Amino acid sequence: MDLAFSAKDETFRREVIDFLDENWPAEYRGRKRDFTRENYIDWHKKLHAKGWAAPAWPAEYGGTDWTPTQKYIFGQEMANAETFPSLAFNTSMVGPVIYTFGSAAQKQRFLPQTLACDIWWCQGYSEPGSGSDLASLRTKAVREGDHYIVNGSKTWTTLAQHADWIFCLVRTDPDVKKQQGISFLLIDMKTPGVTVRPIITLGGDHEVNEVFLEDVKVPVENRIGEENQGWTYAKFLLLHERSNIAGVHQSRRYLKRLKDVAADQELSGSGPKLMDDPDFSRKVSEIEIDLTALEFTELRALSNEEAGKGPGAESSILKIRGTELQQRISHLAVEVAGYYAMPFQRNQGHNEYPAGPEHSVHAAARYFNGRKTSIYGGTNEIQRNIIAKAILGL
Amino acid sequence: MNFEFSEEQQMLRDSLSRFLRDKYDFEERQKIIASDDGWSREKWNQFAEMGLMAAAFPEDYDGFGGTSVDLMVIMEEFGKGLVVEPYLPTVVLSGGLLLETGGDKAKELIPAIASGELVMGFGFAEPHSRFDLFHVDTKAAKQRTDYILSGRKAVVFAAPIADKLIVSARTSGSNRDTDGISLFLLDTNTDGVRIDGYPTIDGLRAGDVYLDNVKIPAVNMIGEEGKALPTIEKIIDKAIVALSAEAMGVCRKMCELTSEYCRAREQFGQPISKFQVLQHTMVDMFIHTEEMTSMAFMAAMKTDANGHDKAAASSAKVQLGKSCKFVGESAIQLHGGMGITEEMAVGHYFMHSTMMESLFGNSDYHLKRYQTATGLRE
Ligand SMILES: Cc1cc2nc3c(=O)[nH]c(=O)nc-3n(C[C@H](O)[C@H](O)[C@H](O)COP(=O)(O)OP(=O)(O)OC[C@H]3O[C@@H](n4cnc5c(N)ncnc54)[C@H](O)[C@@H]3O)c2cc1C
Repeated sequence: MDLAFSAKDETFRREVIDFLDENWPAEYRGRKRDFTRENYIDWHKKLHAKGWAAPAWPAEYGGTDWTPTQKYIFGQEMANAETFPSLAFNTSMVGPVIYTFGSAAQKQRFLPQTLACDIWWCQGYSEPGSGSDLASLRTKAVREGDHYIVNGSKTWTTLAQHADWIFCLVRTDPDVKKQQGISFLLIDMKTPGVTVRPIITLGGDHEVNEVFLEDVKVPVENRIGEENQGWTYAKFLLLHERSNIAGVHQSRRYLKRLKDVAADQELSGSGPKLMDDPDFSRKVSEIEIDLTALEFTELRALSNEEAGKGPGAESSILKIRGTELQQRISHLAVEVAGYYAMPFQRNQGHNEYPAGPEHSVHAAARYFNGRKTSIYGGTNEIQRNIIAKAILGL
Repeated sequence: MNFEFSEEQQMLRDSLSRFLRDKYDFEERQKIIASDDGWSREKWNQFAEMGLMAAAFPEDYDGFGGTSVDLMVIMEEFGKGLVVEPYLPTVVLSGGLLLETGGDKAKELIPAIASGELVMGFGFAEPHSRFDLFHVDTKAAKQRTDYILSGRKAVVFAAPIADKLIVSARTSGSNRDTDGISLFLLDTNTDGVRIDGYPTIDGLRAGDVYLDNVKIPAVNMIGEEGKALPTIEKIIDKAIVALSAEAMGVCRKMCELTSEYCRAREQFGQPISKFQVLQHTMVDMFIHTEEMTSMAFMAAMKTDANGHDKAAASSAKVQLGKSCKFVGESAIQLHGGMGITEEMAVGHYFMHSTMMESLFGNSDYHLKRYQTATGLRE
């Protein structure tokens, strides 16, 4: 057992820091929201050029052979620089499914473009009637010669408005146990019959969508693996999706920013600062300690993974605590902002903008938007069900 | 002991509840907040006709009420209906200050508030005050028969739509002194007043008020020079009591919407309301709502009995922080993805309840204030 970083690790850390310094665009710094499609692609491509778009992929597909410690350092420095990661739909979701279950032809066709972000993927799992009970999904794919004809609707599809392709779970056999009649299809969003309609969330963001599929013709060669085996691939993907979900480094970074603001913010008049308020500082310290518990839980899970026990139900612990902590921090940000959490401001040039200090501008919107983290990727209730069943055997 | 409303209060409650159900549903409310001014003069006039404004004032001022329990009846319904019209800033805060300071201005303006003619706002917070009411940097310098005001008031509710404002300003001392604060009445179109208005994230209207050498006749100072702080505290506490009643309405509604949704939403072949873990969450939401209700009653009754009760107001506010956060966050969680969409009412209740947590001081602030009021802290 050993906590120290080796000299080699420190050299690696230097390399990461230098890379981020040089490549994370100046105009993105300090910005929290409103990144465009081009911004995401541009940054993904910068990472890709360095070979770092998907560190977790096997080296043969364009990943890295980093040790878990190096991956940890990379994550930490990305968070410190406040960058966003490479496109998760590509690198943590569909990519691993394709290289694990895809045919040689599919790997050749899709992996390079997925890695380079020449395709923007989105995730078509959830449906209006199938959220937590995903396996009940009803979008239907009927085989007609070399094609499937797909009909149905997907919902909550994150950033579908930017996407070129959607990976979809569809029902190919309605007459068997629900998990056994599902297939995994890759669908070009430009195919006739695909329509995207925005869903606006609290705070006015357009981040999720409904995707309607009406007589959409999908070549059979775009099916991953075997017909009716899609649930296996879907679950594999969900585990990968969850494995990065703790967000320890991002949380630490956000908390650090809040501490800086609170250390400087008058509590009243020219007297003590907000950070001197014992009720406030107690909350900060409690969150920090909880973050440490989460961090070491994650490190233990990582070292298990290294020992060959792939991501398991333990990732549910990380999902639950990680999202709870993100939500506590974003609530704390609303507390810090005080009255200036209230104005709803979009920079439209006419008002005195922003009314309050910079840190307060998006505090409330981030808190509201952040409620999603305990809902998506499998709600925290569902994660608890998983732990109860898979770990505790209840 | 008696927790029953009087016959008049019960009648007011019923007719307001009916009106809001029929004429102020969620769709209507969304239309109102999307309009240019973000409020409805028509609804406001109807509230006045129903006597909601007059209910906040005693008979000497053309009113027929004026107790905190009277206000509670109205605010609870406003909470359930998520009403955005500027009742709290106009009637409770500005009307309350006028009533408290008395004199000619009260005689002139309260009837205009009671009839629905006048919309007002009260600027008490400043960019650096956080929640301290005594932290006033805005200066008022006497110049013969006028005062010259300069400074900035932060997040003044109703400012962009108000006819008149009341602001706190310093006639002497520095921003840490409790003495030396005075109250001034001004028209929003006075020279040197600039209002930078915005919607708030929960659909109200507010603005930062910039005062640049604004000349105000001395007769527009209400109350005694330099002695305004106790008045301000008393009226803010009254507003906290009213806000607690609003919060109980908001929490109640979030409980209802959530139970309704969970009964209708099916997953795994059954209504999700059948999952025991969700039942327990809904039970805890209900308990938090009952506690909020009890504390709103407590604070209203003690305020009516004691005139001003700091411990009662602060303890209700601490309860509000707890109840609104738990009920709001749980309501969203139980709605799943639907909870965070703009089209569902529940999210709007949640946004408003979150903003109520910090309005007039958050829980940390009122916990300390409670300790001071009960002798645990200096
Ligand atoms: C911002 C956002 C982005 C998303 N992005 C995507 C995306 O890109 N692609 C995609 O496919 N999906 C996406 N989702 C969908 C997400 O996966 C679902 O919202 C999630 O699975 C929950 O489903 P639901 O919203 O239908 O809630 P429901 O399943 O209806 O759940 C409602 C409530 O019931 C509880 N519940 C349900 N079943 C049980 C049970 N058995 N025991 C106890 N409690 C239970 C839930 O925990 C929740 O509290 C996104 C969601 C959000 C909010």
